[in-house]
Amino acid sequence: MARITLNNIRHSYLPNPKSDDDYALQRVHLDWDDGGAYALLGPSGCGKTTLLNIISGLLVPSEGQLLFDDKDVTALEPDARNIAQVFQFPVIYDTMTVRDNLSFPLRNRGVDEQVIAQRVTEIAAMLELEPMLDQKAAGLTADNKQKISLGRGLVREDVNVIMFDEPLTVIDPHLKWKLRSKLKELHQKVKRTMIYVTHDQTEALTFADQVVVMNFGQILQVGTPIELFECPTHTFVGHFIGSPGMNVVPASVVDGKVQVAGHVIDTASDLTNLRQGSVEVGVRPEFVRFADVGIAGTVETVMDVGRHTVVKVRLEGIDQIINAIVDEGDSIPDGQVHLQFDAAQTRLYEDGWVVAEIQG
Amino acid sequence: MTLEIQDVTKRVGAEIHIHETSLRFLPGHFNVLLGETNAGKTTLMKLMAGLDQPTSGNVLIDGVDVTKQSTQDRQISFVHQFFVNYPHFSVYENIASPLRLARISPSEIDRRVREAADLMKLTPMLERRPQELSGGQQQRTALARAIVKDSKVVFLDEPLANLDYKLREELRSELPQLFADRGAVVIYATSEPAEALMLGGCTATLHEGRVSQFGETSDVYRNPVNLTTAQVFSDPPLNTATVIKAGGRCTLNAEVSWELSGPQSQLADGEYMIGVRPHHVLPTSISVGVAIAGSVQVTELSGSESVAHFRVGEGSWVSQSEGIHPYQVGESHTFFMDVSKCFFFAADGRLVA
Repeated sequence: MARITLNNIRHSYLPNPKSDDDYALQRVHLDWDDGGAYALLGPSGCGKTTLLNIISGLLVPSEGQLLFDDKDVTALEPDARNIAQVFQFPVIYDTMTVRDNLSFPLRNRGVDEQVIAQRVTEIAAMLELEPMLDQKAAGLTADNKQKISLGRGLVREDVNVIMFDEPLTVIDPHLKWKLRSKLKELHQKVKRTMIYVTHDQTEALTFADQVVVMNFGQILQVGTPIELFECPTHTFVGHFIGSPGMNVVPASVVDGKVQVAGHVIDTASDLTNLRQGSVEVGVRPEFVRFADVGIAGTVETVMDVGRHTVVKVRLEGIDQIINAIVDEGDSIPDGQVHLQFDAAQTRLYEDGWVVAEIQG
Repeated sequence: MTLEIQDVTKRVGAEIHIHETSLRFLPGHFNVLLGETNAGKTTLMKLMAGLDQPTSGNVLIDGVDVTKQSTQDRQISFVHQFFVNYPHFSVYENIASPLRLARISPSEIDRRVREAADLMKLTPMLERRPQELSGGQQQRTALARAIVKDSKVVFLDEPLANLDYKLREELRSELPQLFADRGAVVIYATSEPAEALMLGGCTATLHEGRVSQFGETSDVYRNPVNLTTAQVFSDPPLNTATVIKAGGRCTLNAEVSWELSGPQSQLADGEYMIGVRPHHVLPTSISVGVAIAGSVQVTELSGSESVAHFRVGEGSWVSQSEGIHPYQVGESHTFFMDVSKCFFFAADGRLVA
């Protein structure tokens, strides 16, 4: 396996890119450790597939280098990169048995049959495919087929990185759940470098140690799931991660105090270097609570999602909805309400980017 | 408007795809069909829409038997998982197409198309062709076409399954409101329990061609009448275990037993299956909690919640808790099951307490 370095990579699909807007992928610099679990997370069109194609070699970037263990592979053909890929739809040979499917990548490389048999047994045990080793792949369920795709990557010991491109999209929720934990368990066992591309925050956050959040061809934040949840550095990250995402509310700073809809609130942000003008306040629904005083509003809808309830409140005076989460069993407010934000989890954002926190 | 099915069955050769089913849907809110792939959701919808004929039984719209009527005569809309648009028409013409067929005046068509486009956030794209749109915009075009005509029944067959997660979240909270004032009966199929909860309304849980329960969504979720419903309506999956009830006590294994109270203590002595959702099995002590020690197998920390898969003897359990809980894989950890949230099922799967 390998350490992967994306050294100042930038890509445009146009022959003569002029401005930054012409680049589908803005300048990216990332270092990924050998054996880590990473995710590229973002909406359709955010640039994550462009980045994935550059790593797999389907695309040569306009600028920058891709390094595997400090060796430049930017111009190397895909098949010379020793990369295993698992796609949205399982890529397997339906007419072959599970055993032959798993053996195929090794047989193709002329590996000794005895070694193949041993490797296949090992991988099949890990993926719980043993009972079906001699069945044809055609009759298997979608999640088992996807496990075979994965097994074909794992069976090779010379693989630099295993890449997953939306691997759970076609899987039913209850199987998705099982397969997701299986992937996590496998990574904890084999410690190979894995890169997981998805638009689904749950998949990214539960699989990866480090998540790269992208939008508009740009990396907005790289962090652990906890960092992304607790301190989003961009309003888009706050909104994209969490269900529902972070509330982003227009605010103003008057005499060194933050005001939302005419109410002064406390935040964790340091206001000293703030430019005058409009800012936004970001606070997650988990950190909004109902109180006797505070920002006034009216309860608009109440959504019971089982584990908790999401209450949508329309603020008084500004056209803005705030989501608040109420725990299962707690009383649900109605009509006119007042909201309080947990100051330690409330931050200011200027032009989308977070304002530094108060130190000390 | 109402939609009703009476004693409907569907056989294909020797296989039963839909067992005898009777349901009565009401307008004004969402009616969700919840079940795994192949549970029979699409089959049931097709029977109601007239895209397929039942082997026996009747379909009634507004009390009129439409079983023999063609789909065209039933005044319905159907939105599929894979969006279907006319590739050579503009978005505007795609949305307008059902109205053109209905011979409605051009000014009325224009008004309705613009209203639907506005609701679906498609106004800037009206002159574009479908292939110039993102997947989400294409599906919204298909949805706009479904709401633009005055259908008596609107069928939405996993309409959000192919969309981005975040877009799905937004549309999901908007959809019930879009249809709220239209008086149409809306039938929505999904395989995701969370989606059913967010859509609200009523839910029918389906499993292997049978409806296991039908009622108000949060009531079906909180008060499943059988094991099948509880399992279909649980994500992450329901924790289940066999217990022995003797006198006032319930025993899970040699280490874990607890005093029963309320209706559970009134059950006849014997073996039961208990079911408890993962968010009622917590990593820290709770007042009504029964301690269960397990070895942690896999952990998933998403920032807002922590999930642990753990083994208790031969059984595997899942705990889902809010916030961050730092588990170590392989460690032995004591979890606390909220016994007040435990379902007791009899051998035939019926909920007994």
